[in-house]
Amino acid sequence: MKILVLLKQTPDTEAKVSPKGDGTGLDIAGTIIINPYDEFAVEEALKVKEKNGSGEVVIVSCGPADIKERMIKALAMGADRGVYIENTGLEDADSLTTARLIAAAVKAENADLVFSGKQGIDADNMHVGIMVAELLGWPHVNVVNKFELEGKTARVEREVEGGQVEVYQVELPAVIGANKSLNTPRFASLPGIMKAKKKPLDVKKPSDLGLDIGQLKSEIKAQVVSYNKPPQKPAGKVFKGESVEEMVSKVVKLLREEAKVI
Amino acid sequence: MKVLVFVEQRDGKIKTSSREAIAAAHQIAGSSANVAALVVGTPGDGLKDAGVDTIFTVNKPEFKLFNVMNYTAAAQKAVEEFKAEAVIGMASPMGRELFPRLAARLNGGLITDVTSLQASSGSFKGGTKPMYAGKVLAQVEFKGSGIKLVTVRPNSIQTTVSGGAGNVVELAVATADSKLKTLEVKKGSSDKPDLTEAARIISGGRSLGSADNFKIINECADALNATVGASRAAVDAGYAGHSMQVGQTGKTVSPQLYVACGISGAIQHMAGMRTSKVIVAINSDPEAPIFSVADYGIVADLFEAVPILTKKLKEIL
Ligand SMILES: Cc1cc2nc3c(=O)[nH]c(=O)nc-3n(C[C@H](O)[C@H](O)[C@H](O)COP(=O)(O)OP(=O)(O)OC[C@H]3O[C@@H](n4cnc5c(N)ncnc54)[C@H](O)[C@@H]3O)c2cc1C
Ligand SMILES: Nc1ncnc2c1ncn2[C@@H]1O[C@H](COP(=O)(O)O)[C@@H](O)[C@H]1O
Repeated sequence: MKILVLLKQTPDTEAKVSPKGDGTGLDIAGTIIINPYDEFAVEEALKVKEKNGSGEVVIVSCGPADIKERMIKALAMGADRGVYIENTGLEDADSLTTARLIAAAVKAENADLVFSGKQGIDADNMHVGIMVAELLGWPHVNVVNKFELEGKTARVEREVEGGQVEVYQVELPAVIGANKSLNTPRFASLPGIMKAKKKPLDVKKPSDLGLDIGQLKSEIKAQVVSYNKPPQKPAGKVFKGESVEEMVSKVVKLLREEAKVI
Repeated sequence: MKVLVFVEQRDGKIKTSSREAIAAAHQIAGSSANVAALVVGTPGDGLKDAGVDTIFTVNKPEFKLFNVMNYTAAAQKAVEEFKAEAVIGMASPMGRELFPRLAARLNGGLITDVTSLQASSGSFKGGTKPMYAGKVLAQVEFKGSGIKLVTVRPNSIQTTVSGGAGNVVELAVATADSKLKTLEVKKGSSDKPDLTEAARIISGGRSLGSADNFKIINECADALNATVGASRAAVDAGYAGHSMQVGQTGKTVSPQLYVACGISGAIQHMAGMRTSKVIVAINSDPEAPIFSVADYGIVADLFEAVPILTKKLKEIL
């Protein structure tokens, strides 16, 4: 069984992210990490392989060259090899363009199962995994809390509103988008880290996947034109030192008369 | 411009956030004639006067439970039938599952979770989307000529529209050759709206100290008609369920009113709630970071303040 994991990189949650002076780009100060949800995807792929007793886990990433460092971390967790898709000339790709590149790689690999994260914590999109599934004509379930595989059929639970859970039966091949309660990602062991550097990491250009950069570029359908800071709130009214009864009364009154939300 | 709105119902009634999506559609479409709704299942009465001339429905037993393959097929059919140039939905669990799939199928541009549209009658340029957990707002625009798809963050569009002919048109949609079967939907713990759609939320943090103590939050939520949320520390400690977590690795919420009780205001928590319209913080530490985003703050022991708040709310609501 060949299992692919879609992995992107993001700044960590503590990173300072702010618009550049002219608003055309972003200044990011912080550590670049594996998108946290993609770690759950890696873990689930490894678990499926282990339970199966055989198979291969392949990390697929599209992005700037330094994403390879993140791929090597996933290899250190236990994945077998990586496929890195260069995005030179396609830095402005929208989700659908990225999905086209990834779908082509998934097809070339003839995968049985694909795990993605439910969402990148950069643009907070939740697009790419789902789009890859559609481009391949496969089913998908995103925001998955529970995954159980029996042969070529999986029983999958997806979290929805108010704690409701949708239960699905999915025929492979399929794309499964990992949520955080799916599992607990393992840490890379020291031997794992040593081995990772020697594991194969193929580099593909779009043309290697039968795609033309010019064509892909012309098909970009959504683009960020500027970034802005969220509006600053004026300082709030904070009450202290009075009786609790009094302070609560004041806030309730303000909610009703000033903010008009109750 | 012709706009299709993917409408969600709850207990046979149109969801408030779907009304907001229809209002958003009106910003582009200009009139009810150019707005159609797609509702899977029987359209409730509320839809008759919700600002749409056409209501497409699909009434098949296989479509009763949400199934993204079937629902994508239904939306595709409605787009073709109406010759829609844009599709609007809401950034709900269903919208988030459906729209990327639909965008790929229709080869369209997609912008999700927008807080406002950049639009005027007949023109639809794009929208504003919070990114990096709300640390920045991106202005995203469509390029090229394809169909435009958008999901709107609940509680962002503060208007609703009424009127419209509300003519019901039943669509014939083939059930997708399904490699995906929805077996069941397990009931949730709460009958309140989901956090992501709730107009009012009251959240508790680690300082609650036990699952049992969360009942003072629940009681206040009942008085306020609010949905209950929690910090990750409270969830990790087992005081609250996973689906209740607000924040970067939980839910992003944008209610009219967010009440944070005994929550310090870590960056990852604020990431999930900072776009709330009005924020109230109750915390015993006057230096707690949560006060920096609060519109109203009370420096007090929550075990004292919350029950008083409940009592006062009961008096007036
Ligand atoms: C990658 C990552 C992702 C994360 N994602 C999330 C997320 O999605 N959501 C999230 O919430 N957190 C998240 N966190 C965790 C976050 O950093 C904080 O640890 C967490 O939010 C703290 O929760 P808390 O405010 O309940 O607890 P604490 O930080 O311990 O704060 C408790 C607060 O209660 C106050 N207090 C104590 N007793 C009382 C009392 N009797 N009355 C009133 N006030 C009292 C204290 O003054 C304090 O301010 C994440 C962290 C990481 C590293
Ligand atoms: N450039 C990329 N390379 C590999 N996987 C990606 C890429 N972008 C997105 N993904 C996958 O798709 C998921 C959803 O991402 P997004 O649509 O960006 O929120 C991520 O968690 C990844 O698993």
